[in-house]
Amino acid sequence: MLLQRLSEAHGVSGREEEVRSIILNEIRGRVDECRVDGLGNLIARKKGTGVSLLRVLAAAHMDEVGLMVTLVEDSGLLRFAKVGGIDDRVLPARAVLVGAKKVPGVIGIKPVHLTDKAERDKVIEWKQLTIDIGASSRAEAERLVQRGDCAVFATDFRELAGTGSAWKTVQGKAFDDRAGCAILAELLKERFPFDLVAAFTVQEEVGLRGARVAAYAENPDAAVVLECTGANEVPSKLDISPSTRLGGGPAITIRDNNFIADPRLVELFGAAARELGMAHQFKQPNIGGTDAAAIQRVRAGVAAITLAVPARYIHSPAAIMDMNDFANTLTLAREALLRLPEALRA
Amino acid sequence: MKDIIKRLTECYGPSGCETAVRDLIRAELPKGAEARVDALGSLIVHRKGTDGGRKVMLAAHMDEIGIVVTHVDQKGFLRFGSVGGVGALPLMGGRVRFADGTTGVIGLEKLEDPARVPSLEKFYIDVGAKGRDDCAVKVGDVACFQRPFEEIGGRLVAKAMDDRIGCAILVQTLKELGKSPHDLFFVFTVQEEVGLRGAAASGYGVEPEIAVAVDITLTGDTPECAPMALTLGGGPAVKIKDSGMLSHGGVRDWLIRTAENAGIPFQREVLVRGTTDACAIQTTRAGVPAGCVSIPTRYTHSPSEIVDYGDVLAAVKLLGSALAGPIDIG
Repeated sequence: MLLQRLSEAHGVSGREEEVRSIILNEIRGRVDECRVDGLGNLIARKKGTGVSLLRVLAAAHMDEVGLMVTLVEDSGLLRFAKVGGIDDRVLPARAVLVGAKKVPGVIGIKPVHLTDKAERDKVIEWKQLTIDIGASSRAEAERLVQRGDCAVFATDFRELAGTGSAWKTVQGKAFDDRAGCAILAELLKERFPFDLVAAFTVQEEVGLRGARVAAYAENPDAAVVLECTGANEVPSKLDISPSTRLGGGPAITIRDNNFIADPRLVELFGAAARELGMAHQFKQPNIGGTDAAAIQRVRAGVAAITLAVPARYIHSPAAIMDMNDFANTLTLAREALLRLPEALRA
Repeated sequence: MKDIIKRLTECYGPSGCETAVRDLIRAELPKGAEARVDALGSLIVHRKGTDGGRKVMLAAHMDEIGIVVTHVDQKGFLRFGSVGGVGALPLMGGRVRFADGTTGVIGLEKLEDPARVPSLEKFYIDVGAKGRDDCAVKVGDVACFQRPFEEIGGRLVAKAMDDRIGCAILVQTLKELGKSPHDLFFVFTVQEEVGLRGAAASGYGVEPEIAVAVDITLTGDTPECAPMALTLGGGPAVKIKDSGMLSHGGVRDWLIRTAENAGIPFQREVLVRGTTDACAIQTTRAGVPAGCVSIPTRYTHSPSEIVDYGDVLAAVKLLGSALAGPIDIG
């Protein structure tokens, strides 16, 4: 399953090679052109039927949040920095894999016996933590890892629950945004009325860097960003909306922290979902940001929107996603893209 | 000119929802004006030069601050987030208006500590709904603050002076401007309040030689305010710098020279916090010499922004004079 392979692949921002090669192998047979640009974006072109002359870009980012080794200590422990947005609270005691050799390690923390309550009540700042790869000295550690190596959470992909559940949940790391990558790869099987350019972008988690240059080069009329976004409906005490709900269907962004979606595209995606009779949701406004923000603002501007699969616990070692949401996001993206020329003509 | 200012300021147009403002401006354009709308929604009006002039872009933003609904609760009250820089202080008891004309009243929860300024999460909007099912407003709907235009003394007060006053000045300049050798682009931009987004795109699209934004700025003439060397009624301000841009020296001097030669009162503006569309245009493509003409405004980003009518008229005169003759920016 492509999603499983993508989820388990290592691809911290700036080190997307493994993810890229999986995608490249997957899509090679179904696209007309393929290239890797100066920053590492994988850009593929699928010829359309020629009915529409629109230039349409669909994008998903290959990178994930992670850690980077900044210093190998004399003791053999590794100091690190965070790459992308990670809550310090999810770090201690996590198993990780470091560098291209995927060296196993653990982010160390003192056992409960050796700590007092005051210490346990405090969040340990990332700067105070180290990765332990079981090396007894610096020299030993440096045979396996180097300063600049990246680390990811060691998390296998697995299917959950199953029998009797309305949800078809899976657990894994980096669904943000390997879910988007998997959907985009799948979309390339379709022939649209226009040439579809698929950009599998780099460095989203550190500032939407890859998408900006990919969009500049492709100069699209419209863009659809395929994402995985946070669902936080558990636990809910007050009468307050979740950002999105697991199992609630594809999440359409109206506006987020750094982007206002083109109203015609919001209408298009909403109308397509209604016609399909598909449960869908509008992501709570003013939260987060995606590649769409960068793409919208290249050159003289691009009509753009973000469509996302909701998932719980993103940017942590293990997220949970409903494969029904995943499948519906793919369907909605495809159906809306097929109708896109009409929507933009209005 | 007060009539167009009234209509523009009372128009609905938070960031991303500028259609009504755009339609209003379009209807005001001189007959036969060449106008187009770019991919993000900015209105670009092109006025061809007579000969040998420069390619100049003038920008004023159509959008205003507002709120976006983030939740409709079971009782039909709305929770909201900000669109642009919305402070909590002016909110309580104020009214908002949605695109469809629905009016809402802003209420506030009981505060544990009334001495502290509450965050936006403590406020809610009451649209008179009796419950969630009775509420026509949806998550994602956007509202502007509602307040009528009024004239008090020689001053004008309205919501959204920022930056409808700039839009009005550009429209008026376009109407009054006689022959100009320059190729002029009057650009009414979108999404300034959320990050100068429209101007960046239209600046790229227009590709001007020189750019001037027309926007509001603050004043330092109210009781116990932060010090600032600008007063209401002291004339339009020529921007020296703000927190996002250093004005191009040549553009700055061209505007100052124009004011001096024409005997138009003006002030020099150094704004400590805030910036304008000129900031975004300046760094498009290979760079654009940019400056800004600012209208001193009191109570900015509140529903009652005050400008001096004399400053507004002088700004129209300044722009008209600056564009009538040759432009030397060194």
